[in-house]
Amino acid sequence: MWVIYTLNALYFAALLFLTSLGLNIILGVMGILNLAHGSLYAIGAFMAAWTIIHIVTKAPVFFLYVSLLSGLVLAGVVGFLMEKSLIRAMYKRTLEYQLLLTFGALLLLEDVIKMIWGGQAYYASAPFDLLGKVDVFGNVYPIYFLFVMFITFLAGLFIWFFMGRTKLGIMLRAISLDREMATGLGLDIGRLSTFAFVLGSGLAGLAGALVVPTTPALLGIGMEPLILAFIVVVVGGLGSLKGALVGALLVGFTRSFGIAIFPEIELPLLFLIAGIILVVKPQGLFGR
Amino acid sequence: MLIVKNLTKRFGGFTAVDDVNLEIKEGEIISIIGTNGAGKTTLVNMISGYLKPDSGTILFSDKDITYASPYIRIKLGVGRSFQLIQLFENSTALDNVRTALFSKYGMIRRGLLPADRYTSVTEEATKILKTFNMLDKKNLTPKALSEGDMKILDVAIAFALKSRLLLLDEPTSGVATQDKFKVMDSIVSAIRKEGISTLIIEHDMDIVSGYSDRVIVMHEGKILAEGKPDEIMENREVKATLFGIVG
Amino acid sequence: MIKNQRWIAYAVIFIILLFVPRLLSIHDLMLFEYGLTFAIVGLGFNLLLGYTGLLSFGHGAYFAVGAYTVGMIAKYLPGAYSLEILIPAALFFSLILSIIFGFLCVRHTKIFFSILTLSLSMLLFALLFKLYHLTGGSDGLRVPLPTLLGISFKGIRRPEFLSGTYYYFLLVLFAVSCVIMRGIVSSPFGKALQAIRDNEVRAELIGIRVRRYRLYAFIISGLFVGLGGALWSFVNGHVTADLSHWVFSGEIVYMTLLGGFGIFEGPIIGAILFTYLKLYAMGNTQYWMFVIGATLIVLVLLLPNGIAGAFASLGAKLMRKKSV
Repeated sequence: MWVIYTLNALYFAALLFLTSLGLNIILGVMGILNLAHGSLYAIGAFMAAWTIIHIVTKAPVFFLYVSLLSGLVLAGVVGFLMEKSLIRAMYKRTLEYQLLLTFGALLLLEDVIKMIWGGQAYYASAPFDLLGKVDVFGNVYPIYFLFVMFITFLAGLFIWFFMGRTKLGIMLRAISLDREMATGLGLDIGRLSTFAFVLGSGLAGLAGALVVPTTPALLGIGMEPLILAFIVVVVGGLGSLKGALVGALLVGFTRSFGIAIFPEIELPLLFLIAGIILVVKPQGLFGR
Repeated sequence: MLIVKNLTKRFGGFTAVDDVNLEIKEGEIISIIGTNGAGKTTLVNMISGYLKPDSGTILFSDKDITYASPYIRIKLGVGRSFQLIQLFENSTALDNVRTALFSKYGMIRRGLLPADRYTSVTEEATKILKTFNMLDKKNLTPKALSEGDMKILDVAIAFALKSRLLLLDEPTSGVATQDKFKVMDSIVSAIRKEGISTLIIEHDMDIVSGYSDRVIVMHEGKILAEGKPDEIMENREVKATLFGIVG
Repeated sequence: MIKNQRWIAYAVIFIILLFVPRLLSIHDLMLFEYGLTFAIVGLGFNLLLGYTGLLSFGHGAYFAVGAYTVGMIAKYLPGAYSLEILIPAALFFSLILSIIFGFLCVRHTKIFFSILTLSLSMLLFALLFKLYHLTGGSDGLRVPLPTLLGISFKGIRRPEFLSGTYYYFLLVLFAVSCVIMRGIVSSPFGKALQAIRDNEVRAELIGIRVRRYRLYAFIISGLFVGLGGALWSFVNGHVTADLSHWVFSGEIVYMTLLGGFGIFEGPIIGAILFTYLKLYAMGNTQYWMFVIGATLIVLVLLLPNGIAGAFASLGAKLMRKKSV
């Protein structure tokens, strides 16, 4: 059974990692906490679900998995539109206004989702069912969960490589470390910020898309991932990519083992651990 | 009032302050001059408590404050103004000073009567503003003040805390040249009236000679020369290092 | 002179408000009462936001505590179910929670602070939701009519109760809250909070223990919000866990911004306006969140000082024109 709990923990952690990574990239590069991040997750979920439902009988199996990317794409597009319209207006304002604007965006987007996709649940379990199960150390485990972990691993690797080795990535890191300095070096903060926001939003959308084969797309699906992502960010440290990973693993394991052992205690236990970490290290584990 | 003995501070391989000794008597106004990087600001930071020295002692009114926190030093009477002005942006000039007084008198717990009802404190704040020639600006917020006035207000707040030793870090930097003397006049007349010992970091020699009792010249972390303003002005070594004048 | 004018204006408004039950229909009166309870919430919240400079996205937690104190006493201690016990009890529990949460949160600032307050309120939400044996879970708890100083209201229905005795009870508490808060913000304590808001480094340097005073502000705001929550519960008749949800906390922030957090009366005006705005939106479209979200965005972009703030700037401009 421990094998199952551990695998579940890794699965939770994977999805959470994608979401928190997105949040942290935006937070690190732009200094903005996007309260509507959960709505982008939801948009990813709905888009992917809708696409899968519509092509499930008509296209080859391979395309079912590719269509998960549609969630990433739409979330990225919405992120782009958000950044261009709202976030631009927020640069000169104080924190309160930034949070309020993204909060307004959250309310708006939740209803936009309702307008487009209505209030029903979208079941898109085909990608999950088709992969079947596999034997892991004597336990039967759905391959789809492993698939999600694999995709997350690829995404993490890509981001790590991107941030560390590519010119674009290094420029983004420069901005997050010292914005003024970066402007002085001639970096186009505007375009790079847009890019960071789109990237972050896309990651949230990807996470949402990956989750729909296991759970239906419903209104409000983005709320809990958002709260958990906040906890990951707080515990791992604002703007830290390493922190997002460690934080996600911490939350994932607490969740998985907590639910297994004593369901009621899971959330308070999480907060307790987060609280202890914060008392010892107020900026989070890897925070500045 | 203030005795500094063998004070040293290193940053890695670089010695910012090298075995410095100095003494400020009660009521004296001392200026420290020197090129950039001579160690002036580091010295003041150690006296006000923002940096801990590597060796040496700082005695204030015979108390050892070498390692005391800035908070304690303020309570003991070491006040400081900053190069980058630190004011309460959205409060009036009167409130900027008055809140400091409330804090000094331990009255900030009083939560029910309006601040204006505390007439003695309000009067004292008004008097301080008057001493600094800022009375007409008492209801303005820092946004509406000129650079020079903001500097004066900054010093007025340190003043309100009943500092016996004031550390002024470049009090006229950022102030328009024509206002520099006005600013210094206001500040120094208030200081003289109360007999507060003052340490000023300055670049402008005219200001220094006009207002100081003594001048200390620092170079590369050490004290190069010390004496009355006109003595220093004539000093050859000083002229060579500071002004590059030879002969 | 201005000060006296202000108090005269307040007195006049208070007298007018005494007659409101005769002027409004019962339905509109209930709406107004919702507005009044939120006005108390807004006053408390703004002490923390406008005067101390801390943005909490989790004040719904204290609202919930106040409301649930009423609901729980109704369920488990019906013998103590009278206003003179309920209100102090609600204040007491709000005090406890704001001390605990406040202590954890004021060690941080800005974004961290906002996230922490948000997360803690969601912790309470989760507890209220999951412990359904105690709290009624998603169904929540009923809030029947209380007694007041021995007077029972059995036999009359809620609308009558609300348009009669309860209205005056609420109005008096609202007036008292305004007077107390007014006193707090103009006192030396209030000035110290504003100093912290304006420049925390300098505040520390003039001898103000910043963390401690932030905690005091947090606790006082929690008390006011808890009071609002308790008073609200009687108007609503029912309390649910989503009072502690962060979206509800966001609405509290919205109200304060709507009125303007730079002015004392701002949150009061914002609270009343928001109550009407929300109900209007909910009554006319199923996409009321879109309406609220869109208006919030427009508000932040166009009227950052809120409605009261916009009026105040307008007034100041007119005054300047007059003197010129």
